[in-house]
Amino acid sequence: MTTTEAWMIGGMMAVTFGIRYFLFAMADRIRLAPWLESSLKFIPPAVLTAITLPAVLLPKGDWHLSPSNPYLIAALVSLAAGILGRNLLLTIALGLAAFFAHRLLL
Amino acid sequence: MAGISESKPPSPVSRNGQATSEGEPVSAAGLSSPTAAEALKRHEFLTGMRDTLPLLLGALPFALIYGAIAASSGLSMAAAIAMSAFVFAGSSQFIAVGLVAAQTPVAIIVLTTLIVNLRHMLYSATLLPYLKELPQRWRIPLAFWLTDETFAVTVHRFQRNDASPYQHWYQLGSSIAMYLNWQLWCFLGLLLGNRIPDAQGWGLDVAMPVTFIGMIIPFVRTLPVVVCVLTAGAASLLTLTLPYKLGIVVSAGAGIASGLLAQRLAATRDETCRQ
Repeated sequence: MTTTEAWMIGGMMAVTFGIRYFLFAMADRIRLAPWLESSLKFIPPAVLTAITLPAVLLPKGDWHLSPSNPYLIAALVSLAAGILGRNLLLTIALGLAAFFAHRLLL
Repeated sequence: MAGISESKPPSPVSRNGQATSEGEPVSAAGLSSPTAAEALKRHEFLTGMRDTLPLLLGALPFALIYGAIAASSGLSMAAAIAMSAFVFAGSSQFIAVGLVAAQTPVAIIVLTTLIVNLRHMLYSATLLPYLKELPQRWRIPLAFWLTDETFAVTVHRFQRNDASPYQHWYQLGSSIAMYLNWQLWCFLGLLLGNRIPDAQGWGLDVAMPVTFIGMIIPFVRTLPVVVCVLTAGAASLLTLTLPYKLGIVVSAGAGIASGLLAQRLAATRDETCRQ
């Protein structure tokens, strides 16, 4: 490992751990305002959606809104599987299967 | 809740030999027997691991391509392994190896990592009420291992709000499962990376959106959350031009604000109806 690599990994580790630990470290001193506390439940679906939607609609950085987009098909299949089946493993497995079926067949 | 087990913990037996009845919240006082406490900790730990199993499948292809990309990025094998072991943040690792391949300065790579991982602060804010009583020796490793997946699984466990004093063991189980899985497949990806031609072209990165869709669905149970998800989604498409993936944090903020607003409107409407 070169010195530059060590600096890079050290820096990445410091910022990542810093972000994850900052609030935990001060947990005893922090009191969240009631409106902030009630906003917490929106965080997971909001963040995950903001990551997922662009990854599906612009898989390679460009808009790809058509049935020939395997990412879109996989997403729709897992969305349907997730809503109907309510089983996480099935949701992921069917989405992956749809993706590779699409790539092999089309 | 999809994929999350609803099974009951092994009935802890209190000192006077009476088993606690199923479903009754287990109070700390009822765990005076050390063996019962140990059994409950182990149960939480193993349940956390088991509930994370589906997400291991989702992380697997992601870790494999990280390894494969790292192998061809010019990063040394040791550095690629160290990054997985010490940074342990999938999407920023991905972006980092991409930037390494493009010979980006270290300072920019670290800054990008900071911005891409800002969302984790939102996660720790969410978990804060549940973990604030724990000593630092617990908070430090749980913070280090805080990923999207472990967060999503654990938050459902915490929101069940039973009185189990060992819910953090659940998060520990999920964390360790994610960590070992990630290290293993990253390593295999590194080994195979040079031998599999065009590993990036296979589209294994589809695992991420597919996994996240499975993680989002259980949260969407009320109208304000629907509003939140739709707004965050729309905002993510409108903020694509923002650099360094800043769009994620901005869109999440828009989603959260709209969810709060919808919740307030619904509350006001209920109030008016009652009058």
